[in-house]
Amino acid sequence: MSLSSSLHVQRETGLIEALDPRSRLIGAAILVGAIVSLHTFTARFAALGLAIALVVAARIEPRLIVRRLAHLEGFMILLLIMLPLTVPGQPLASLGPLTISDRGVERAFGVVLTVNAAALCVFALVGTLEPIRLGRAMAALGVSERFVRLFMFVVRYNGIFGVEIRRQFESMRARGFRAGVRRHAFRSYGNLAGMILVRSIERAERVDEAMRCRGFSGRFPMRRIRPMTLADGLFAAFAALMVIMLIGLDRFA
Amino acid sequence: MAHIPDGVLSWPVLAAGGVAAAAAVTLGVRALDEQRIPRVAIVAAAFFALSLFSIPLGPSSVHLLLGGLMGLILGAAIFPAVLAALLLQAVMFGFGGLTSIGVNTINIALPGAIAGMIFAPLVAQADVARAALYGGICAACAVLGTGLMVSFSLYASSPDFAASSRIVVFSYAPLLIVEALVTGFCVSFVKRVKPELLARARSA
Repeated sequence: MSLSSSLHVQRETGLIEALDPRSRLIGAAILVGAIVSLHTFTARFAALGLAIALVVAARIEPRLIVRRLAHLEGFMILLLIMLPLTVPGQPLASLGPLTISDRGVERAFGVVLTVNAAALCVFALVGTLEPIRLGRAMAALGVSERFVRLFMFVVRYNGIFGVEIRRQFESMRARGFRAGVRRHAFRSYGNLAGMILVRSIERAERVDEAMRCRGFSGRFPMRRIRPMTLADGLFAAFAALMVIMLIGLDRFA
Repeated sequence: MAHIPDGVLSWPVLAAGGVAAAAAVTLGVRALDEQRIPRVAIVAAAFFALSLFSIPLGPSSVHLLLGGLMGLILGAAIFPAVLAALLLQAVMFGFGGLTSIGVNTINIALPGAIAGMIFAPLVAQADVARAALYGGICAACAVLGTGLMVSFSLYASSPDFAASSRIVVFSYAPLLIVEALVTGFCVSFVKRVKPELLARARSA
């Protein structure tokens, strides 16, 4: 079971912390956009190097990085196995009916480099952002106020339901619940999900009433976002330089 | 598996997903009555928390997508609910992808929204046993739809992914079965305990 509070993800430290959430969001989008457009291995390795540098600057615990990358590889394993076997090209080795092609291996390796470089970038710039600050940044960037409000509620209540699920699951185990591929287990999960949903709507009604009692105007007061600083300007210049460098390396190297 | 990372899909596919998601989320948010936003949002939070719960299955485990169930209970609000969940996942766990967030939103939410639209009236009117059956079928359709759409996203991105994209669909089989069973039992529970949650279909 992997549940964690969404209000406090991890303490923000390092150089990345000095940046405004808006510049981190836009910077990540621009860098990732450039990274996924690369075609040559030189440029992809450079992108991976840049991504590693960003993760180091964000001072993320190595243990966390490994766990998050491992999660990513679940999707990649399929492509890694399939691409060398199915992409046509010069055969490198064959095992019975299966043939590994050079272009397939190249393709698989390229995808792995790109995916990991992009993931590390997102991880360093966005993954270290507190969810509430992301909401505020979205609002400041002109995202629909209604959507931001919905997002803020999900941030606020996800942790609470996470705790409720854990508590209920523990009491299930105390009553002798055993996981497994059995009808009873699935019925128990269904009841658990049902109970959480029923409680959520009841909680939603109480919250809604309490908010109205206090004269909720239909909008959350948003804390004024602090203006951009010199650090953001430097970061923007750095990101632009990196994009030009990566694309240039991709075209001309 | 439904979360395609950055760096796999081609630009046309990413752009199509982004545009479709932006339109669907805008419509989903507009369709919400101003008064009901807090309620829908809190139920959406419960769905997200449930999707983080991992169900052990043999040597591995699965996370529920809950597309079908969300379609039944949230209706069109499934689009903003899924986008909010994917964004939160990106900041909490740092995965999911930025450029692919539109494609992922559509791949998860669209099948759920369609299945929910078809099955919500049936579930609302049926007795408990039939409602559970409809709920299970709805969830199975939603998972199958997501599997097909993920597969199509790969297929449309590059001819190199053609063979892999066919395998992807089959990798959804275990999830489809688990999700159909859990959703069926869940609908049966909700139908007995708080039927109005399903009866008001699109009004959470």
